[in-house]
Amino acid sequence: MTLEVESREPRIDEAGHRLDELVVNVGPSHPSTHGVGRFVVHLDGDVIVKVDPVIGYLHRGIEKMAENRTYNQIVPLTDRLDYVGSMYANWAYCRAVERLAGIRVPERAEYIRVIVCELQRIASHMMGIGSAAADTGAFSMFIYTFDVRERIIELFEAVCGARLTYNYVRPGGVAKDVPDGWLDDVLAYTAWLPAQLAELDKLFFGNVITRGRLKGVGVLTPEDAVAWGASGPVARGSGVNWDLRKHDPYSVYPRMEFDVVVGENGDAYDRNRVRLVECYESAKIIEQAVAQMPGGFARADGLPRLIAPPPGEAYDHIESARGSLGVYLVSDGTERPYRMKVRSPAFCNLALLPKLAVGHTLPDLVVVLGSLDPVFGEVDR
Amino acid sequence: MIGGFWWGIVVGIGAGIAIAVAALIGVWAERKVSARIQMRYGPQEAGPFGLLQTLADTIKLVLKEDITPAQADVRVFRMAPYLVFVPVAAALAVVPFAFGWAPFNIASSALFFLAVPALSVIGILLAGWSSRNTYASIGGVRGAAQMISYELPRTLSVLSLCLLAGTISTVGIRDAFRLWWLPLNALGFVVYFIASIAELNRGPFDLPEAESELVAGYFADYSGIRWAIFMMAEYGGILAASLFGAALFLGGGFGLPGILGAVVFVALVATIATAMIWVKWTFPRMRPDQLMGLAWKVLTPMALVQLVLVGMVIPWR
Repeated sequence: MTLEVESREPRIDEAGHRLDELVVNVGPSHPSTHGVGRFVVHLDGDVIVKVDPVIGYLHRGIEKMAENRTYNQIVPLTDRLDYVGSMYANWAYCRAVERLAGIRVPERAEYIRVIVCELQRIASHMMGIGSAAADTGAFSMFIYTFDVRERIIELFEAVCGARLTYNYVRPGGVAKDVPDGWLDDVLAYTAWLPAQLAELDKLFFGNVITRGRLKGVGVLTPEDAVAWGASGPVARGSGVNWDLRKHDPYSVYPRMEFDVVVGENGDAYDRNRVRLVECYESAKIIEQAVAQMPGGFARADGLPRLIAPPPGEAYDHIESARGSLGVYLVSDGTERPYRMKVRSPAFCNLALLPKLAVGHTLPDLVVVLGSLDPVFGEVDR
Repeated sequence: MIGGFWWGIVVGIGAGIAIAVAALIGVWAERKVSARIQMRYGPQEAGPFGLLQTLADTIKLVLKEDITPAQADVRVFRMAPYLVFVPVAAALAVVPFAFGWAPFNIASSALFFLAVPALSVIGILLAGWSSRNTYASIGGVRGAAQMISYELPRTLSVLSLCLLAGTISTVGIRDAFRLWWLPLNALGFVVYFIASIAELNRGPFDLPEAESELVAGYFADYSGIRWAIFMMAEYGGILAASLFGAALFLGGGFGLPGILGAVVFVALVATIATAMIWVKWTFPRMRPDQLMGLAWKVLTPMALVQLVLVGMVIPWR
């Protein structure tokens, strides 16, 4: 529901502050800012007239740090970009390095990458839906989604020893092959998943209060989604059929059968629901990938310890849980990159917040923010 | 009849103890029920089944520093928790705990029960205002709007009982209870239940404290024992609303006499209180405008329909 802000002469005191506006500083330490986001919200009564996102509270200078590290040493840095979906940043970075250095990746490694990244998509979407639910007060839903996520984290722990910052996808393949029986565990998981997702769908998206809270809130038109560079579930929620796995196919995705999930109304409900339905598609992809899994090595043979790509530049992007995640690398021929730049989908999607939240009330702000699902590690970098 | 000043002191102390015990058990039950809903265990280390966890937390709260924000209106800030707590405690004075007996058997006790706890809105408003905190102010104003709006359907739902019983004394209503009132008053009970949750500012109507938006709303700046008093008022409110609902709408223990009636009464009170906890941990929170819409467009007409239903039955009573 959008309320019209009636235009009237602003009342301003001597210091230049508007007297008819209430300024609420949401964050950087606030339960619903998904980390350390800060939003200066101007309220007229209960209606938002202006939102200023203030970013940079999680800036660690990862792009600059990358310039002083060798190519293999940068992978752990990319873990810390999107800490809810570390596998994606690993992969996007490795693809850029492989393109730059002309490294051929074994097919088995590509399949393992697809499997872990689709698992990561489910885990990340569960985090997104769960925190969006917690923002509306449905805290039990948050716990349920974390149950679904936790089982994936355990699978990742088995494969690389870490629960959050995996450092698993490496230039030329993956760190090490999956352990024995791991693929069976993955299949058991994907068999278990659909019933859980259906339950979550009924619990949260079927709830009358949720529908009231999410439907019609923060409507993003398809034209605006394209114009503002939105990607991932944010763009697809608005009906923009754009998925790099289909429209700029990479790795072994062309061999997979899956649908691109597209919403209709572009509101918070559709964005969150797209995330949930995408999890079914991810499970489908995982099952196909396990069935097609070839033998062989999980990392390119004969890689030098220090990768020194020829001078040049490379850009590669993948479809992360948040959208098009791109990494741009410039090499000057040494074993350290001259420049690394990350095109982070969370940053682009977050830019939509002021546009989507104006005209709504304060409780809708957290709903809109939750539906954009930003991760501030990736926004601030 | 027992009455007078000293009896009032006794009832006041009794109500305070009852609410303290209700808060101890209520917080524990809330944690256990929410844990079961969320596939967790809840407290289990302190005492049998973690029953002493709340006691340990209370000790911690009492020992904490009593912080007053530098910008706060100090006297109002310190007084506000009591203004929330006292009306809730006072409400217990007119609950008919047994046939023909309430601590204070006054003629208009149903009115007293509906009007006096509503005064705690003043405490909530003052708590929000005196903190000089934007979140707290918004929470306080929301609380005021919400509690006043939900007075109406709640009062109307009790009014149909008063019509049936022909009295506005809570003791009289309980004594006049007949089993056939149950189906007749089902709609009114639903309205009473929902409106009571909203009156208590509990989920899904916990807008004044709305954790995900307003951090903690009107008590965002409170800590230590003053925060604990807000909590006690909340659980005291649950106790009062459940007692009142069971005693009046369900006729005590369905009008059963003796020990059996008392046991059923206690079980019904516990059921209503547990249902309130259950609802809180199942549903998302509503938006202020939706909340007002529910009060004025759904619950109030429902209560009026209930009133008409009862009015049609009365000639054949």
